[in-house]
Amino acid sequence: MIQQPGASGLIFNESLVWEKSRKGRCAMSLPKPDVEKSPLDADLIGDAPNLPELSELDVVRHYTRLSQWNFGVDSGMYPLGSCTMKYNPKTNEVQAGRQGFAGAHPLAGDEFSQGALALMYQLEQSLARITGFQAVTLQPAAGAHGELCGMLMIHAFHAKNGRQRAKIIIPDTAHGTNPASATLCGYESVNIKSGPEGILDPQTVAAVMDEDTAGIMVTNPNTLGLFESNIKEIADIVHAKGGLVYGDGANMNAIMGIVKPGEIGIDVLHLNLHKTFSTPHGGGGPGSGPVAVGKTLEPFLPVPRVVKELDTYRFITDRPDSIGRIHTFYGHFGIMVRAYAYILSMGAKGLTDASRLAVLNANYIKESLKGTLNLPYDRPSMHECVFNDEFQKEYHITTMDMAKRLLDYGFHPPTVYFPLVVEGAFMVEPTETESKEDIDQFIRAVKSIAQEAKDNPEQLKKAPRLTKVTRLDEVLAARKPCLRG
Amino acid sequence: MKDLKDLNFPDDVKYTKDHEWARKEGDLITIGIDDYAQDQLGEIVFVELPEIGAGFSKGDEFGSVESVKAVSQIYIPVSGEVVEINAGLEDAPELVNQACYTQGWLIRVKPSQASELDSLMDKAAYLDMLKG
Repeated sequence: MIQQPGASGLIFNESLVWEKSRKGRCAMSLPKPDVEKSPLDADLIGDAPNLPELSELDVVRHYTRLSQWNFGVDSGMYPLGSCTMKYNPKTNEVQAGRQGFAGAHPLAGDEFSQGALALMYQLEQSLARITGFQAVTLQPAAGAHGELCGMLMIHAFHAKNGRQRAKIIIPDTAHGTNPASATLCGYESVNIKSGPEGILDPQTVAAVMDEDTAGIMVTNPNTLGLFESNIKEIADIVHAKGGLVYGDGANMNAIMGIVKPGEIGIDVLHLNLHKTFSTPHGGGGPGSGPVAVGKTLEPFLPVPRVVKELDTYRFITDRPDSIGRIHTFYGHFGIMVRAYAYILSMGAKGLTDASRLAVLNANYIKESLKGTLNLPYDRPSMHECVFNDEFQKEYHITTMDMAKRLLDYGFHPPTVYFPLVVEGAFMVEPTETESKEDIDQFIRAVKSIAQEAKDNPEQLKKAPRLTKVTRLDEVLAARKPCLRG
Repeated sequence: MKDLKDLNFPDDVKYTKDHEWARKEGDLITIGIDDYAQDQLGEIVFVELPEIGAGFSKGDEFGSVESVKAVSQIYIPVSGEVVEINAGLEDAPELVNQACYTQGWLIRVKPSQASELDSLMDKAAYLDMLKG
């Protein structure tokens, strides 16, 4: 019997901090004032905020207990496809916690922020080099915001050329946020289907590309985890009609150091620092979605931009074609520090190795599980692979049942029911940071669950049973949402 | 999900390749999604319908159906103007699962070209399509 990571244990209930609050309870004592009292202006004075009153131990137990209900990459493998839930090295936190960065104030002015500006400048340069583009903005708050920023630049480009266009081409293997970003810019999405091998056929693009189409949004590698190998030809078709190519770089973790999107016909690309560059993800922190552009779109980048003049850095705003500011101040600076720490600690070879291992790990899982789960597109994949529940249908077991059961085994479930082109999708992205031993354990868990689907389907229907809350009634939650505590 | 033989496809409606149904009721045409569609989607939790008075051409997206699995667009089988929507679905979207051809109908339209209904599939043709 091989031991799985998941086991039962004592988990604590915990109430809301408001319920634990008792009047007068306090976790700190303020030092005596060492300056004279200076009254505030009357218009700055209001009622005191209503905050819970707790002792330090109350607070420590509260958050420790909540953390035990959680599943994070620090507790176990988190193979959530298309999300790149890689491990976030602790050195990132050490660097971001340095007083000069953590204490920087956005209103301090360029003169007093040279270190922070230098870091932003160097990070932009590094990302430009990794992606093969001319220039980068670090402002966007996350991936979809980066998409919007990129699409606003494409929109501004067509406006500058004197004729706005009405449509944008989006394949069925693109990320779900792509049509939303395009719609916000006023473009109508023209959806096209990928070919039988799971990638785009240039002829499909040629059939819809015209001079009223602003361009195409391509996720490469796409959401099936496949590399769009016709990308250059597709870009040529779009460029020939005056359109531009938007690259969704959310899956950049498969190709760092191997493919430069700026050199294969893509005009603008966003990156997710919280995926590829190991910054906190999900509930762990804000995202960051830098956007890289070639020469064509550089004039349209958001302001302020950071520039280097001799040995000093400053922000400039005098860019007449810029789409303007898209974030307060300069974006999520603390996240930039973490990403830059990652890039420097990995180095060029390290980043390339990360992509190679991410691809190797995904292919290892794909080959190991393809007899256990159905594999709709049996081709060499990039950093993730997409199965479905076709083999389990005869036992009336769905992808959802298997995903829930994985929690009992001690693994975070993979992405389910996405991408939409695969019915009942079960999308696994192990990332480069899992060891072979951990991946083998995951493979054994999935095989064991597939066996349970045959032998004991009822057990799967009730899963998970070791977690603090067991199977939730998702239908009731969606139909009758309770939106207040 | 059920086998095809366990699904219900009445004879008095016409079907589309996107799994909507349309039924002539006097001068109006009632539209919904069929048993195959509701079964594939699973438990439906929200139905988004157009405004009364909205006009659509055949094949236009006129709303969406959300289940715990996915959000699916729904396309209008015939051109026309929406004269009635099934307001009861707002509080009871499960009617689409329970009775997709009766209480779970979606919209009624006044067709601009009544003949479009004839171009849709009848039960036999639709079943052939589902069997592939």
